[in-house]
Amino acid sequence: MNGGTMAHGHTATRNASGGMPSQRRRAARVLAGLVLAALAAFVWSLTAGALPVGFGDLLGALGGGDGSMEADIIRSLRLPRAVAAFACGGLLALAGALMQVLLRNPLADPYVLGISGGAAVGALGAILAGATSGWIDGGAFIGALGATLLVFGLAHGDGSWTQTRLLLTGVIVAAGCGAAVALMLSLAPEGRVKGMLFWLMGDASGATRPWPALGLLVIGLASVLPFARELNLLSRGEITARALGVRTTRLRGLVYGLGSLLTAVAVTTVGSVGFVGLIVPHLVRLAIGNDQRLLLPAATLAGGVLLCAADTAARTVVAPIQLPVGVLTALIGVPVFLFLLARHPR
Amino acid sequence: MKMDVRPPMLAAEQLTVHVGRRDVLRELNITVQPGDTLVILGRNGAGKTTLLHTLAGLREAARGLVLLSGQPYAAWPRGHEACLRGLLAQSQPDFFSASVLETALVGRHPYLGRWDWESPEDEAIALAALASMGLEGFAERQVPTLSGGERQRLAIAALLAQRPRLYLLDEPLAHLDLHHQVAVLDHFQELAAEGAGVVMVLHDINLAARYASHVLLLDGEGGHVFGPARDVLTTERLSGAFGHPLRAVADGAQTLFIPA
Repeated sequence: MNGGTMAHGHTATRNASGGMPSQRRRAARVLAGLVLAALAAFVWSLTAGALPVGFGDLLGALGGGDGSMEADIIRSLRLPRAVAAFACGGLLALAGALMQVLLRNPLADPYVLGISGGAAVGALGAILAGATSGWIDGGAFIGALGATLLVFGLAHGDGSWTQTRLLLTGVIVAAGCGAAVALMLSLAPEGRVKGMLFWLMGDASGATRPWPALGLLVIGLASVLPFARELNLLSRGEITARALGVRTTRLRGLVYGLGSLLTAVAVTTVGSVGFVGLIVPHLVRLAIGNDQRLLLPAATLAGGVLLCAADTAARTVVAPIQLPVGVLTALIGVPVFLFLLARHPR
Repeated sequence: MKMDVRPPMLAAEQLTVHVGRRDVLRELNITVQPGDTLVILGRNGAGKTTLLHTLAGLREAARGLVLLSGQPYAAWPRGHEACLRGLLAQSQPDFFSASVLETALVGRHPYLGRWDWESPEDEAIALAALASMGLEGFAERQVPTLSGGERQRLAIAALLAQRPRLYLLDEPLAHLDLHHQVAVLDHFQELAAEGAGVVMVLHDINLAARYASHVLLLDGEGGHVFGPARDVLTTERLSGAFGHPLRAVADGAQTLFIPA
């Protein structure tokens, strides 16, 4: 092959700055920044509220607690809620990034295949039946998985696997779920409608068991990162990826299954919080590019930070009234997204 | 002794290729040796791309065998085939924005381990491939800002960065101006002279006549003619395969085919 000469000047400057390639150093910098942002979001979330807590007391409470009311509030109320918000923000952002690769569409989000619709039908059905919170979560999870399987079954009926068909099936199933939700809302007794609306808009206040979501977040990220470079190829198209040796059928199965599971758990924990799964991967991509090796962990952290901060704002800005966090993420997300869309005409 | 003979880079044995329920190509037997340039010609829908994908191991053959360096694709360790053969696809959709250098580096994937990042050597190889396609200075540009011809040359550069021994090219001249058409074919001619194998789908009969060592002419109904370019490229055969009468015009040493 010819033309090697011009390459050397460029490479030499990169080598001179250290053994580690520049992209990896940049990745480390971005991720370190996001970890610091996550710590800051947690500190804010744990200290802010009707009962402000100082940083020193916070450390004391986390370190074991002295039986004081502050320690009790932090350990039993604020910490589970902050962890739930962070974990679900991360789950939704990671699932959104995966769906965008799977559907090769930067406008896809975790709900695009009807998962939130299915979860809403399950959760509202449970609320309508007068179920307690555990059963509402169960209903949401069953509904989410049911919608996933329905979309998968319908879109794969003849064994073919096209993006368009998957997307259309998802949109139609979501529309059907929307109609069922509207029907349940109109049939519901007055006293249950508010709880239903809060669930629909997304709400972390009832999240008392955040640890499964956080555990799944760690497992989910750890199980896609080994495939990150293959996902880069998949995002460039099926033929390109396969010609370079990627087992695309297996990889797409992993992405689909994992993306659905992450979304189902997030929706079960905090309801169908909107826009985190769409905006965060999109924003991160605009900032640092589409290399999944960096995009996936960065979007996960950024999603966690965003939802943790938004949830803290939701319970403090108009205290003592608590806003559903989904309203805040949508109110922030819609203008940001429209701005980005106008700025980057594609 | 069979053991002493190096197997051909690519061989098709009694290969039948189908699209839907229709056999577009029946019982094809070809071999590609180092240094060969095989051009596939045929009308639209004759199965050229389908055949190329089958030869690349991306599609199951209806019947028959495809052997890459003597072994079926399934027998190669997963991923190793991408070090032996590379495919230039007919179109390069860009769903997400990426820089030109990132796109060229895609070709290095088969050589990297699961946790590896591209090394400075990989980057040098990608930059050299870009330079060979006249894209020096484009490394930091975003792909959506490129013209159609520049994108095509970028796709070829990514394939060159892959450094396979066998190149399978689906309409490598699409979107290219006259100068770059010849430059690209010259480049692959040099690679073939250095021992690479080249199989490409072309639509320009005269460029095929100029660069091909062998030609496979498909009629789209299962029939085909394969042989040295000189034997296959006759007005009679081409007129039949394309369903349009052609005329041969002598121009010095070479013969030009023009539509009658």
